[in-house]
Amino acid sequence: MRGRESLDRQLPDDHVVPAGRGHRRGRIGVTVGACVAAVSVLAACGSSGGASATAGSPPVATVGNGQVNGTVIVFAAASLTNAFDKIGSQFEKAHPGVSVKFNYAGSSSLATSIKQGAQADVFASADTTNMKTVTGAGLATGEPTIFAKNKLEILVDKGNPMNIKSVSDLAKPGVKVAVCAASVPCGKYSTEIFDKANVTVKPVTEETSVTGVVTKVTLGEADAGIVYVTDVKAAGDKATGVPIPANQNVVAEYPIVELKDAPNSTAAKSFMQYVNSPAGQKVLDSFGFLPPGS
Amino acid sequence: MERLKHPANLVILGLAGITALFFVLPLLGLITQTPWSSFGSTITSSTALDALRLSLIASLASTVLALAFGFPLAWILARGRFPGKTLLRGLCTLPMVLPPVVGGIALLLAYGRRGLVGEPLDNAFGFSLPFTLPGVIVAESFVSMPFFVVTLESGLRAMNVKLEDAARSLGASRLTVFRRVTIPLIWPSLIAGTVLTWSRALGEFGATITFAGNLPGVTQTTPLAIYISQSSGQLDTAIALSLVLVAISLVVMIGTRNRSRSESRASA
Repeated sequence: MRGRESLDRQLPDDHVVPAGRGHRRGRIGVTVGACVAAVSVLAACGSSGGASATAGSPPVATVGNGQVNGTVIVFAAASLTNAFDKIGSQFEKAHPGVSVKFNYAGSSSLATSIKQGAQADVFASADTTNMKTVTGAGLATGEPTIFAKNKLEILVDKGNPMNIKSVSDLAKPGVKVAVCAASVPCGKYSTEIFDKANVTVKPVTEETSVTGVVTKVTLGEADAGIVYVTDVKAAGDKATGVPIPANQNVVAEYPIVELKDAPNSTAAKSFMQYVNSPAGQKVLDSFGFLPPGS
Repeated sequence: MERLKHPANLVILGLAGITALFFVLPLLGLITQTPWSSFGSTITSSTALDALRLSLIASLASTVLALAFGFPLAWILARGRFPGKTLLRGLCTLPMVLPPVVGGIALLLAYGRRGLVGEPLDNAFGFSLPFTLPGVIVAESFVSMPFFVVTLESGLRAMNVKLEDAARSLGASRLTVFRRVTIPLIWPSLIAGTVLTWSRALGEFGATITFAGNLPGVTQTTPLAIYISQSSGQLDTAIALSLVLVAISLVVMIGTRNRSRSESRASA
């Protein structure tokens, strides 16, 4: 009876004998509680794609003599990312003491943030609709100005393996198409293009910004996507562009405006001037944007 | 009462009160801002119903997967003795601290159409996970299963293994020991792990939208629908859906906790 002996030896661990049901279940509360706490903390680091918050930059001091100083916060459409990054660093070089902080997202998301009270100095949208959301709510100073235009293009996998030549090819069965959600400008433009080409395209995904579409195509998950000409240029050799004829294409207008509650109005005006200056326009041109007068 | 007035206790009470408010106020904000008059029509719109249905299916599937595949992993991590165990645990629970969007990109690079595993899979079967409901389930599992593994592993470690030995020495089969001794002993962590995993899957956003994309009725779960509607100015829909998620999660959290408390009190 070896088993009997070993059992006797082990029994002194009294309270965990199966009879103590209640006791051991008492632990669940603690476990859940502790883990819930952990989840809350983790959720904070996990809210990645979520709302676009303002950078926690301190309020800014502007000094006299028209000299600009401090931080200027620019909310800009995702399609402006590369061009504005470059304009930003050039602007900072031209105005030592100024630091430009960009918050790039889908224009509609930015407009919502601004309406919800996000603090920013400048808003640059990829369409006039979302700009009107902001100006209509009385949140802008002065009238927005168009600083650039853009056209749309079909982005396909490197070398175009699916042999996509036109917008109507996107409606073919088996072609996985990524578009922007209808709420963001590029999604609205995509719908207009499909309407003009008189095709019904069933996308596999509606991304929250044009950069999402670019990622899905360059990673090869989607066969094609509708993006801006500037995005095709930025994708370089990672993907190929298929032009959309003018009669099916849409011209996107990019308006820019100073926000009413701009913490740094002087720098905001100065930044907008720079965007419209020859230097700023040259950068925009180099990224494939069209001039406002085109 | 005397003890309550001790300065230290007052400080603790005050701080605890602030903490509680910190968590309660955002919920109050949601509730007070809910457009109740249009709540019914908002929540029964096809977008909302599709999103809730997809969320339910995907989160429950992820939970079942966690039970089936997370359990053995937790078992090995708790009981196994092999080199590199700490590393393995670290790797398998990394998604808990990783930004979900990073998880989504990593998933694309592994299980996407050009991914390490995804490409051969696509070549062989013409099937790829992104933009499909299974893709949503994979994304949710990746992010939520570690919570199950971690919780269950700690339960398995805390239990008294001698009781299993005792039962076996008395002639019980492995299955009987597992069913009658192990499971009852780890029951609390099993439930806690399941609840955590499920609620984490229900709330998953970053990995899902990155890996599975966003298409209403196919991959657009409730958090995605909430994000899309808030960013397109349809705050009413966003708030109504948020409220439903909050309500479901709250009921589950409080429900699990209450049951365990009443049970522990009954035995006291």
